[in-house]
Amino acid sequence: MKPLLEVSDVCLSYHSISGETRVLSHISFSLFPGEFLAVVGPSGCGKSTLLNLICGLLKPEQGQILLNGEPVFAGDCRIGYMLQKDHLLEWRKIYKNVILGLEIRKELTAEKLAYVNQMLLTYGLDKFRNAYPSQLSGGMRQRAALIRTLALSPMLLLLDEPFSALDYQTRLKVSDDIGKILKKEKKTAILVTHDISEAISMADRILILSPRPATVQKELSINLSVPDRTPLSSRNAPDFKTYFNLIWEELNHDA
Amino acid sequence: MMPEPSYYQQLFLRRIKREKQLIVLWRTAVFLLFLLIWECSARYGLIDSFIFSSPSLIWKSFMEMCRDLSIFSHLGVTVTETLVSFFIVVILGAGLAVLLWCFPRLAQVTEPYLVILNSLPKSALAPLLIVWLGANERTIIVSGVSVAIFGSVLNLYAGFQNTDPDKLKLIETLGGGKKEKFQKIILPSSLPLLLSVMKVNIGLCLVGVIIGEFIGARQGLGYLIIYSSQTFKLTWVLMSITLLCIIALILYGILGLIERYVTK
Repeated sequence: MKPLLEVSDVCLSYHSISGETRVLSHISFSLFPGEFLAVVGPSGCGKSTLLNLICGLLKPEQGQILLNGEPVFAGDCRIGYMLQKDHLLEWRKIYKNVILGLEIRKELTAEKLAYVNQMLLTYGLDKFRNAYPSQLSGGMRQRAALIRTLALSPMLLLLDEPFSALDYQTRLKVSDDIGKILKKEKKTAILVTHDISEAISMADRILILSPRPATVQKELSINLSVPDRTPLSSRNAPDFKTYFNLIWEELNHDA
Repeated sequence: MMPEPSYYQQLFLRRIKREKQLIVLWRTAVFLLFLLIWECSARYGLIDSFIFSSPSLIWKSFMEMCRDLSIFSHLGVTVTETLVSFFIVVILGAGLAVLLWCFPRLAQVTEPYLVILNSLPKSALAPLLIVWLGANERTIIVSGVSVAIFGSVLNLYAGFQNTDPDKLKLIETLGGGKKEKFQKIILPSSLPLLLSVMKVNIGLCLVGVIIGEFIGARQGLGYLIIYSSQTFKLTWVLMSITLLCIIALILYGILGLIERYVTK
């Protein structure tokens, strides 16, 4: 099978007057269609920077990033990006928030709107389409933000710690929700997180980055022995703990 | 059906209402007391009514000027000039702020000049304006604009820049460019700021217009103040000031209503 995303030998430094900071150093990995990849690493190691590179908001100084064999560029409509906070616009109703991307790309076609409506219905937000974001719970807001991203039918979805602003209980529920939604919509996704359990529970494969300048320290396939695995049921798998310890040691061994 | 509020809820609501009524009552009382003390001290010779006038004298001369209609032309001129300069400030100010936002380099270059122009006392410019533009309405409108424009450009531009950078990133991730960022995020999120800037501006425009009228006008409340102070009709001066207070209150009130309507 041909990989959907190929990141090869990517390097990047941040520059300021007082000096240069190497953030990413020779990062290479690939991602296959339908796969869920989690990226973990110590805080400040450049995980978010990596996502900014993949979606084309930043340009690598060296190396290249190919999506479906073509380089990515800023505003690439093949990539969806979910930020840390939901960033629903308080002055727009949920429905207007969800179609924001379509509006910007001028793609308010009947077909796409039908897709949005179907998602609102399937994921329990239809009743709230005319509500303002402030009237929704944290979990519902995050689902609305996901639908906003999925409305553009991206090939690849980038999730930048999308649950970190939620309290623990909501966080488990929402990550379960979103994991199921992504499986159902057959999306390929990259999740950046500092939460090891979250990474194991959601991902098919985990990429462990070293401290700055980040390199790929280890790649790990997650094969949990639970049938019909969902993020929540994964946490009950007997091998969950083994993976956790493995990653924990990787993250701490040279610190 | 809303359920009947509980006893304590009702008690709470009543307390809030009472508090509000009390404040309105005291405001009115302060105003009436002020008028009463002023009137009595003028009438019983505690203050010289030739210099300090009195509420009844002001009212009398106001009625006189209403009868010969002269007050309406003064009022009309001042209000029109204020409104015209206000609209110019809003449109020009917003336009310039958008321009600065579109071209950050332009903003960097012009910033110190804007700051200087903003803090410059505009009354210092008025005599120049009269010489350059002549003693006419245009000069007075320019004077009104000059007081408010620089501050509103600076404020609006600072507001545009304060927009949550993550919200702008959101637009980028959804594939939008500069135009979409402005249209979808900056404009709607700066709307409350725009309205509060407008509320300040309407007052500043009135200040500028009066400065202009002091120096080069044949009509308007500013002219009336200068003319009557030179002829020692201090009742007229105080009447004009009272009218200015009322104008300012009404204009501010209208903008407050607009603000409430827009932000719901």
